[in-house]
Amino acid sequence: MIETASLLAVLPELILTAGGLALLMASAFGRDGIARVVNWLAVLTLIAAGLALWCSLEHGPDAFDGLVRADAFSVFAKALIYSAAAAAILLAPRFFAVGHAIRPEYPVLILFATVGMGMMVSAGDMLTLYVGLEMNSLASYVLASFMRQDERSSEAGLKYFVLGSLASGILLYGTALLYGFTGTTGFDGISLALADGVSKGELFGLVFVLAGLAFKISAVPFHMWTPDVYEGAPTPVTTFFASAPKVAAVALTVRVAIEALGPAGLDWQQIVIFVALASILFGSVAAIGQTNIKRLMAYSSINNVGFALIGLAAGTPAGVAATMSYMTIYVLMTIGSFACILQMRDAQGNPVESIASLAGLSQSRKGLAAAFAIFMFSMAGIPPLFGFWAKFLVFDAAVAANLAALAVIGIAASVIGAYYYLKIIKTIYFDEPAAAYEARGGAVENVILTACAVVIVLGYLLNPVLDQASAAAAASLF
Amino acid sequence: MDGFPILSLMMAVPMAGAIACLFVGARQARWIALLATLADFVLGILLWINFDQSGSAPQWQFQEYLPIFGRFAWALGIDGIALMLIALTVFLMPICIGASWQAIEKRVGEYMAAFLFMEVLMIGVFAAQDLFLFYIMFEAGLIPMYLIIGIWGGADRIYASYKFFLYTLLGSVLMLIAMMWMVHEAGTTQIPVLMAYNFDPHIQIWLWLAFFASFAVKMPMWPVHTWLPDAHVQAPTAGSVILAGVLLKMGGYGFIRFSLPMFPEASAELAPLIWGLSMVAVVYTSLVALVQSDMKKLIAYSSVAHMAIVTLGLFAFNRAGLEGAMMVMLGHGLVSGALFLCVGVIYDRLHTREIARYGGLAINMPKYAVLFLLFAMAAVGLPGTSNFVGEFLSLMGVYQVSTWAALVGTTGIILGAAYMLYLYRRICYGEQKNADAAAMPDLSMREMWLLAPIAAVVLWMGVYPESFLAPMRPAIHALEARLASAAPAGDSKIEMGAAIPAGDGAAHETAAHGEAH
Repeated sequence: MIETASLLAVLPELILTAGGLALLMASAFGRDGIARVVNWLAVLTLIAAGLALWCSLEHGPDAFDGLVRADAFSVFAKALIYSAAAAAILLAPRFFAVGHAIRPEYPVLILFATVGMGMMVSAGDMLTLYVGLEMNSLASYVLASFMRQDERSSEAGLKYFVLGSLASGILLYGTALLYGFTGTTGFDGISLALADGVSKGELFGLVFVLAGLAFKISAVPFHMWTPDVYEGAPTPVTTFFASAPKVAAVALTVRVAIEALGPAGLDWQQIVIFVALASILFGSVAAIGQTNIKRLMAYSSINNVGFALIGLAAGTPAGVAATMSYMTIYVLMTIGSFACILQMRDAQGNPVESIASLAGLSQSRKGLAAAFAIFMFSMAGIPPLFGFWAKFLVFDAAVAANLAALAVIGIAASVIGAYYYLKIIKTIYFDEPAAAYEARGGAVENVILTACAVVIVLGYLLNPVLDQASAAAAASLF
Repeated sequence: MDGFPILSLMMAVPMAGAIACLFVGARQARWIALLATLADFVLGILLWINFDQSGSAPQWQFQEYLPIFGRFAWALGIDGIALMLIALTVFLMPICIGASWQAIEKRVGEYMAAFLFMEVLMIGVFAAQDLFLFYIMFEAGLIPMYLIIGIWGGADRIYASYKFFLYTLLGSVLMLIAMMWMVHEAGTTQIPVLMAYNFDPHIQIWLWLAFFASFAVKMPMWPVHTWLPDAHVQAPTAGSVILAGVLLKMGGYGFIRFSLPMFPEASAELAPLIWGLSMVAVVYTSLVALVQSDMKKLIAYSSVAHMAIVTLGLFAFNRAGLEGAMMVMLGHGLVSGALFLCVGVIYDRLHTREIARYGGLAINMPKYAVLFLLFAMAAVGLPGTSNFVGEFLSLMGVYQVSTWAALVGTTGIILGAAYMLYLYRRICYGEQKNADAAAMPDLSMREMWLLAPIAAVVLWMGVYPESFLAPMRPAIHALEARLASAAPAGDSKIEMGAAIPAGDGAAHETAAHGEAH
């Protein structure tokens, strides 16, 4: 017997599923020119789902006997995921138009991936989690190889699929162990069973679950797929990978760590600290030698996940709030950066990806150069840009949780990271001009770019809102 | 002036100018920048006039408080120390714009915008009353300076810009962690409250070291000074002026605003470290300055030596030392700025900083020679110029706590005379070796307008320093009182002699006269 309240709590997912299916039919039977219409309808579906979040919050927090959670945390994460997905859809047409690969399946796949991500962040049970994760992953594998004629794109899809399945297997094995030793797959039940001490079997389960999740958030040492997939996938898809699924996976990790594994906090804290520091260090050192901007962004995302995890390592409500704020600001910076990268097109309109081609951009495209510099300084965590505030919050949470040593090492490593962001700014501003890019960017690209840049510059004015929302989200987990 | 947000206005004017400069042509950008900085200078004068210097006045004036940022607030306010440094900033800025009038030809709008943004941040650093607002302003200064060095700098500008950025960033981030810890401990971000908060002396050491990492790099102190010569040599003239004139003062301001009042016990315990580093810096960098063949590098090293006198004075823990340190900061801000302008003047003509390429300039550039001499003498610390007051007070202050530090510190003045006079002799005296150097025209009207105001203030500060000391006195009294309990015992064992009765004194004097004749 399914209750209406439960259905209303998952209304956003229902809207997305219905919208996705309808658009799939439309694209299967529609004429060739339907792709652009489908694009806009998909964005509308996301907006509708976003509005439905209010409804789901009212009928939460538990739905379907605890299989699904519709709490402030999931609403916060979903709002972020929907916005990022919408941006990824809006940024795509111009890119695909060049390769004559503009097809309506792209927005549809993103919608299905978004449904999966929605399930991930509102999972209240290991099995809901797994189903959501796989739904997102399957759509993502196809998206990575979306440009089927392009060798790199197909390779990226294959790599992502093979390694992703391995990670799913690890996660599933961990789930099985936890189920075996605790007798339940529900987060509440697992938490209850762990409260009276962590047995060896439970510990193994915990490690495997976290390893599987670390793969999804591309944290070191499970990051290997990231640079190849980010480089090979079409740029709009990379934009999507770097933003929405990242938020979903981090939010999921936070929820599992706090809600299900909360009593084993001391056990997973060590793992999270190691993974965080390793990601920060590896992400920043490995990025230095990169010559391809998408590959560099991949390492940058590894680096950023490390910082976000510092908030989780603190394990406090303030830490979780900091992690969620971090992801919010990270999504803004990432979407903005990729809106810049998408504009890297030579005079014929073909996309270019080498960092060297950015040389002297400040003289040919002043606005684009300034926006790029703003995002890079922000990623490096230099005030007064908003990226600084993201780092500030996670380190502040760590200091408050008596992890000052972690904060000191992490922040010192952020200086290494600053170097490669500076290198891009140096290429843009200090070097002699290379061949000029296409003279103008697309209107949609420019609007998204400007919006992100304005928020990054004036973001501090949003602090009270962000503080309140992230604190409410964090409070719903404890 | 009650309630009028003059400090915010002083930041808003250059900010508006900076934004405007990005959208206009070269000519308009120059004028916008000049007008914005002049307007700020006028506001600065108003600020000084309206600042209540009497002993009964509140320590913090012109306070503004807007809690709009959630975790921290837009809190501004100044005491006398901040007032003087803001005055220095707004005084030097129009001069910097003037110095770049012709020297900068490419991307003028962006250049002027970077400078105006820099001014916003410098005023923000000195006026911030919220710990995190201070940090944001302090750190944000890296962005415009990185661009100024990297875009408009000399041949090796990219290396210099990276070094400047990463060095100072690494120093600052540790301070940020310490700040977070302090805010959690004390439960407030208000600087005035934190200045009176007593942290556990054991923790103070760590906090002090974290702040030291930042301020020592910014100052810069030996051995973390190496970014400075590179940055100075590669930066355009106005960049050097602002770097030496104001940015270095942020380090000294940090010590006087944070390290000393917030961690008095740790400061006292670690004072020997500061003295040691300062003594090495004074002697070592002066000797290095002596052998430089590049004018800008020479002045850069002399800056390090002068800043060491500042740290000596600050960590003397007494009024003379603190007042002296502030006066050296102000004096050095003017004099080193002026010296970089003097270098800029001849660099613009001959495009080389090699000392050996010049010679005998006193013959064809007499006006220049006179002004350069004045500033060289001021750098040496000749009585009657600004630096004398500060150096004398600092060394007098440090003598009371450490005679050795005073002794070694004073050799810095002798060595300073050596390298400055040697520099002056090589550039202005002797025979005119190179025809092109001999053919250089004397100062233009624009250059006179840049150097003459600084010369006037240098003399004013040297002859009547009370104008500058008076506003700072209440703040320095308060700081001295705060430090009194922690101040280390001196090794000079000064004892006050008993006052000699007036009659006897007169008789004594006549006797002494008699003997002399």
